[in-house]
Amino acid sequence: MPHKTFLAFILPSIVAMLLFIALPIVSVAVQSLFVEHQKVLLTVETCQPLGGCSTETRVDSEASAKLRAEQPLGQFNGLGTYFNRAHLAFDEIGEILRVNSGLGDVAARIYDLPFYRALAFTLAYTFIVTPLAMLLGFVIALAVNIVPALLKGPVIFFSLLPMIITPLIGSLILFWMINSEGIIGATLQAVFNDPTLSLKASPVLTWATLFVYGVWTNAPFSFVVFYAGLQTVPGDTLESAMIDGASRWERIRYVVMPHLAPLATFVALVQLMDNFRVFEPIVGFSAQANATSLSFSIFNDLRNQNAQLYGSAGATSLLTIAGVVVLLMPVLIRTWREHAHKS
Amino acid sequence: MSVAMRRPLPLNILATVFVVFWLFLAAFPFLWTVWGSLKVESDFFSRESFWNAIFGVRTQLETGGQFTTAGYEGAWVTNAFWKSAINTLIVTVSVTMISLTLGTLGGYALARSGHRYAFWILIAALVFRAMPHITLVSGYMLPFFQLNIWGHLPTAIIVLVAINQPFTLWMLHSFFLSIPKDLDESAMVDGCSRFEAFRRVVIPVMWPGVITTGLFSFLLGYNDFAVTAMLLNQNNQTMIPKISSFLGSINDAGNVMYAVAAVVSATVPLFILVLFFQRQIVSGLTAGAVKG
Repeated sequence: MPHKTFLAFILPSIVAMLLFIALPIVSVAVQSLFVEHQKVLLTVETCQPLGGCSTETRVDSEASAKLRAEQPLGQFNGLGTYFNRAHLAFDEIGEILRVNSGLGDVAARIYDLPFYRALAFTLAYTFIVTPLAMLLGFVIALAVNIVPALLKGPVIFFSLLPMIITPLIGSLILFWMINSEGIIGATLQAVFNDPTLSLKASPVLTWATLFVYGVWTNAPFSFVVFYAGLQTVPGDTLESAMIDGASRWERIRYVVMPHLAPLATFVALVQLMDNFRVFEPIVGFSAQANATSLSFSIFNDLRNQNAQLYGSAGATSLLTIAGVVVLLMPVLIRTWREHAHKS
Repeated sequence: MSVAMRRPLPLNILATVFVVFWLFLAAFPFLWTVWGSLKVESDFFSRESFWNAIFGVRTQLETGGQFTTAGYEGAWVTNAFWKSAINTLIVTVSVTMISLTLGTLGGYALARSGHRYAFWILIAALVFRAMPHITLVSGYMLPFFQLNIWGHLPTAIIVLVAINQPFTLWMLHSFFLSIPKDLDESAMVDGCSRFEAFRRVVIPVMWPGVITTGLFSFLLGYNDFAVTAMLLNQNNQTMIPKISSFLGSINDAGNVMYAVAAVVSATVPLFILVLFFQRQIVSGLTAGAVKG
């Protein structure tokens, strides 16, 4: 296809992506170098006829607003935002590494820093939920493959629901059930005979609840893909493996699993990308006290009641994008190699 | 199937039990919430026992009936959830239509180009696809405030279209690859220009792929929270941010039930979607995987 025709076809799409994906990244990068204006303070001396004089400091709202209108980005701060306590916190980490009482202490104190807290949960969620959901999906696919056809239809129908459900809605539905007055929460209290048991109270339980939600909503995708893959496993290979005396497990291990390996790579890639942006469940489960993610910290900065912290949100955003690139690196390198090999 | 492939009975039973168990896990939360949305708050969130939610003890006492639609009335009438539903309809339909129009053109070009830069565009799209939406949202807000376009539906629509483009391009690109090149090339030999070939030959055969991609575009627009929550003002809120705003005022009695009713209402379209398009959704999920 000539370059000109290609361009004519793809231009609208490219323009949309450049304007609303590439440009915002630049905008985020610029924003992250600035920090909100300090409020303009005004010292006023008021003298009472009898009580003498007193000085008070007030916020000059007019001057503050004017300053904001002139420089909407705020003050230039360089890379300051990246290194402050709310982000990479190099000073604090240096301090922790210098003075500490053992590895546990270091971990606990680093975990107290907001950025590392969010990073820890995001990574834990990504790398725990993805394999567990794939495993569950694989087992469901194996099981559905051998149950009577009568069951297959309803199973596929209902399995799709947890996957396509709006993340916020799905997490709310589960959140109401695990509420101490909801069906699961109340039952757990009864089972453990502990009326104060609450899945929201401790960090460990909150993390576990979010992971359970993640597996619930992610497993169907693996299930559907693996189930489709199972239909294409060559019957001849299975049969010859059996003639050679392979047990049921060995057939799964040495015939089915290698056959599904390319699909597993695809599923893992998609789910790692999706889980890395974990955000809605934290809102839905009101879990921010015990678990925050990178996406949630950005949301929180933008939602700040007093002043929207664009600088801080921008810095976290860029660090998150860097994380995405690192996450995709193996894929990008592989694709690049294959491409270079081909041409 | 040969006799040797037959499975032992215990394995069959085990598999069936497991599948039924998964079916329960997948479906029960929805059934439970639908049922509970027709009860009063003190039943759905019962301090005594969850059996109250099943039998509706307090609902009977408070309203005189087994079921109550108070939650739905509160959400749809009192809190104008219908307005959010209309906004959602506008946003999702526009996002789907525009995404598909841009996506089919772009996807077709990528599938037929054969030049090296087409590959790099796809790789860039993959990186864009992986980016958390909220990171982009933080880049939109200041410029949109400055340009005075923050808060309006068209703004959110165009942003969602752009965010959706990488996925649409990938999906339609691989779909167009499966349509034989000979088809449009023979049309061009017969004297069509590239555009005419696209219009007369490719468009008539592309609908299965477009419908599947459209379903996922619809889901993206419908399920979005990050973009719509941050970029729309109170009047233009779509359903999902509206539900989260119900939660903000959770302490007022009865408000939780509004949220429950709204959640059930917002689930209904998704349920219908799966009911009618199950085959397309499944094929869409597996298409990307098989072609990988």
